[in-house]
Amino acid sequence: MRQKDTYFHKIDWVTIALYFALVLVGWLNIYAAVYDGQIGTSIFDFSINSGKQLIWIGTAVVLITLIMVADYRLFQNLSLVLYLVFIVILFLTPFIGKEINGQRAWFELGIFRLQPAEFTKFATALALAKLMENPTFDLGKLSHQAKALGIILLPVALIMLQPDTGTAMVYSAFFIMLYREGMPQKYYIFSLGLIGLSVLTLAINNNWYLFGGLAVVVILLVLASKKSWKNLLGIFFLGILMVGYAYSLDRVVEKLPPHQQNRIMVLFDPDVDPLGVGWNVTQSKIAIGSGGLLGKGYLEGTQTKFDFVPEQHTDFIFCTLGEEFGWIGSLVMISLFVALLLRLVFLAERQKTRFSRIYGYCVLSLLFFHFSINIAMTIGLFPVVGIPLPFFSYGGSSLWSFTLLLFIFIKLDSHRIQILGRSY
Amino acid sequence: MYTGRSLVVAVTIGLIAFVLLGKLFLIQVTDDSYLRKAERNAIQRVVDHPYRGLVYDRNNSLLVFNDPVFDLMVIPREFHLEDTTRFCELFSIEKQSLVANFTAAKNYSWVKPSPLIKQISNEEFARIQDFLIDYKGLFVMTRSVRAYPQSAASNALGYIGEINAPQLARDSAGYYSQGDYVGLSGVESYYEPELRGKKGAKYKLVNVRGIDKGAFKNGDLDTLSIPGENLQATLDLELQVYGEKLMTGKRGSVVAIEPKSGEILTMISAPVYDPNILTGAKFGENYQMLNLDPEKPLFNRPIMAMYPPGSIFKIVQSLIGLQEGILTPNTTFACNRSLVNCHNHPSPVNLFGAIRNSCNPYYHQAFRQIINREISQNTYTDTQIGLDKWRESVMRFGLGSDLGVDLHGEKGGSIPSSQLYDRIYGEGRWKYSTIYSLSIGQGEMLVTPLQMANLAAIFANKGYYYTPHLIKAINGDPSRIPEKFKTKQYTGIDSVHFNMVQDAMAAALSGTAARAIMKDIAIAGKTGTAQNPAGEDHSVFIAFAPKEDPKIAIAVYVENAGWGGRAAASTASLLIEKYLTREINRPQLEEYVLKGEFIY
Repeated sequence: MRQKDTYFHKIDWVTIALYFALVLVGWLNIYAAVYDGQIGTSIFDFSINSGKQLIWIGTAVVLITLIMVADYRLFQNLSLVLYLVFIVILFLTPFIGKEINGQRAWFELGIFRLQPAEFTKFATALALAKLMENPTFDLGKLSHQAKALGIILLPVALIMLQPDTGTAMVYSAFFIMLYREGMPQKYYIFSLGLIGLSVLTLAINNNWYLFGGLAVVVILLVLASKKSWKNLLGIFFLGILMVGYAYSLDRVVEKLPPHQQNRIMVLFDPDVDPLGVGWNVTQSKIAIGSGGLLGKGYLEGTQTKFDFVPEQHTDFIFCTLGEEFGWIGSLVMISLFVALLLRLVFLAERQKTRFSRIYGYCVLSLLFFHFSINIAMTIGLFPVVGIPLPFFSYGGSSLWSFTLLLFIFIKLDSHRIQILGRSY
Repeated sequence: MYTGRSLVVAVTIGLIAFVLLGKLFLIQVTDDSYLRKAERNAIQRVVDHPYRGLVYDRNNSLLVFNDPVFDLMVIPREFHLEDTTRFCELFSIEKQSLVANFTAAKNYSWVKPSPLIKQISNEEFARIQDFLIDYKGLFVMTRSVRAYPQSAASNALGYIGEINAPQLARDSAGYYSQGDYVGLSGVESYYEPELRGKKGAKYKLVNVRGIDKGAFKNGDLDTLSIPGENLQATLDLELQVYGEKLMTGKRGSVVAIEPKSGEILTMISAPVYDPNILTGAKFGENYQMLNLDPEKPLFNRPIMAMYPPGSIFKIVQSLIGLQEGILTPNTTFACNRSLVNCHNHPSPVNLFGAIRNSCNPYYHQAFRQIINREISQNTYTDTQIGLDKWRESVMRFGLGSDLGVDLHGEKGGSIPSSQLYDRIYGEGRWKYSTIYSLSIGQGEMLVTPLQMANLAAIFANKGYYYTPHLIKAINGDPSRIPEKFKTKQYTGIDSVHFNMVQDAMAAALSGTAARAIMKDIAIAGKTGTAQNPAGEDHSVFIAFAPKEDPKIAIAVYVENAGWGGRAAASTASLLIEKYLTREINRPQLEEYVLKGEFIY
């Protein structure tokens, strides 16, 4: 009985096992991505990315140790300070950051290159948890909604200055957490409706079909609703609004600069610009699609080995797995992620404090968002946005940031009994 | 644990994962187009073009060989051109064609090589070689084009060129691909399957920049090319070259056949063109030029031109008459010029005299007896029956349908049937007086020069022939030539009938073609003059020699050269001398022929 009470037994080893499984598979894939068929390059070679990633993994383990030995109260107490510190750094980044690919998103510290926006995620998560831990905080109230939104939008605004649309977009993941914490459902229904209508508008070339479809929706709504003047008037205005929106969306897209237009249109027709924007998606789909059911075998993927997919060790790392391990490999990998995410939902729900639960939901929201958008983008279901696949993509900032994010929650979870006393 | 909104979150996670896996299943498992695209990306099939078979003449002199040329290939992704004008100067290419070729290359593939400048000659390549290092994305591929050391026998040998769309569509075996070279005419076309060999292929892995990353599957799928088979032609190169020299400035045909084998010793279509101009980079330009030439040098006259045979046909008439028992060597007819015109000679004549003097009224009367045998009381019906029977006999001389020489596009000429006259005049509305021109080889009768030479071979062989052919061995093996070239074709005329005919042909020369007579070699021949309403008559001569043991049978047809004894007989005689003695002892005759210009 005593043994069971030891600290080690309170740590959720399932999550940690899933974490290391994903990191290990990711590391093997980074080697496959840089491997070009030449004999003699070892996975441990520090001059290639797989060797460098090994350093990042090693330092991440150090980071994990530090988190696990730290006082669990530290994160709660320091949350606002951390948030402010990163806001200041984000603010400074455009001025002192190093310019890479037209973005000033990176800090150079000696040989290391760090991306502050990656770390702001966990600071924002902590700040949100801190803000919302008070039981009087009610997402039904507009003023409280505004406060939560403020915490999210401040870093978003600063990241947009760099400009890094992909990373900024990640912050919308917090809406998953907000949903769990009681944000009114109508916002989500409205947003999903709007997204659905936008997709349909862009996917359907002939607007008359769209308008016909909308007319059918309006008629169905009329038939289903109670026939009061108020309802009918409401539905009528909704119909007008949808048609108006669809019409103006087309006009807005036409006004966008061509490269942004292509980024959107390539989703519906990959041949829009096969050598430009379409290149990444086309090649990525070829790599993954050629994997078949079982894949071509480890280090046997011709598309990834011979550099047909750009950014294949970072944002497009999933191609390597899809090509070399096929659908079965993808199934295993996606299952690992789903297991991790569902485990996190389970862990978050068992927390005794609002702080831990909210933070846990932030973690799973961010991981879920990264995971689904990244894979969706490699198979042409989502526009190409530069966001990494958690634990897989090459890069220290990304690995550290997700490790921090996850292990702070594992730390909080391991102290869930003690934290009980501190609840309000 | 999963209740309320947390359940919604959990279900959403599962749903999204399901959508991702579903889409992955679609592109990975159900759709194999991505696999093909991946192979197109990374696996480059490099064709190893086989060496095309060579062609030798009957004495093992080289007629056709392969000459290396260079294709300048471009990989559009790597090729950047800053100074187009300078590039065009260096590589001697028009800016327009550079742009056109580069656009075509880009449209084919951004990362795979396509030809930018095709068929650069050896000398040109030596000049530009040094400039190549200044440009990225360019490299050179070696190919070969045909070359002809003696520039002879262009029409018989034919030429090769890029395969065209209909040929590609017909290639059901899938051997060819766009840009491949195939024989388009002559021997090159007929023996394409033997000459082309077998393509090999190497499968290479390439990266996104088209850089070689080694063999695919360790080269297990690679195959080596197998060179095409060499052919031995029946042509005698020396005779061919000499004949082409004699035919300079003339329009017409020469065909010489070895009677005992049907092997074509010489086949000339004049005016000749140099086969070397239809190779390499200038093919298109030169082809266009030849094609537009009013003298039609690409028209292979020996097998494609059809003329009325004229007087040479009288020998066929004599033989049919003898075989049918209608004529005997002693049958005489008066040279009655009221029937048909003739020239001065003693009258009446027997058959020998008729051949010797080429007596038109004799054949007018003899042919009437061949046609009208009084099988039917009705003279119209009788003529019809007689004509068709006669036609049957004539066709056995290899006339009226193509002989089946090993060249594509051979014409068969025409021997009229009763149906033809029925069509022209109406059934029962024509009789002998309508068709009597046939008696002297005029009228609705057409024969190719090859068929004329074959007639000479039949007369030499006393009644049979082998289908004339241009190739005597494939890969050194004579038994591999088509069976039809090894089968005797009989005319149905008993050989005894030929003795008198041969004597008459020999005697005829002193009258009609005295120039053709040689001191040491007995030659038998027959002149002809085909009437040409459009201008000067065509000159025809067929002959064989030596008369006692014929080694060569020849037909010479010179358009617009007037009376047959002049140009045609002299040319034939010189060629016989050349073939049998390997030298020319009659320089004045040679000069006479060379001076004759008969193209107006």
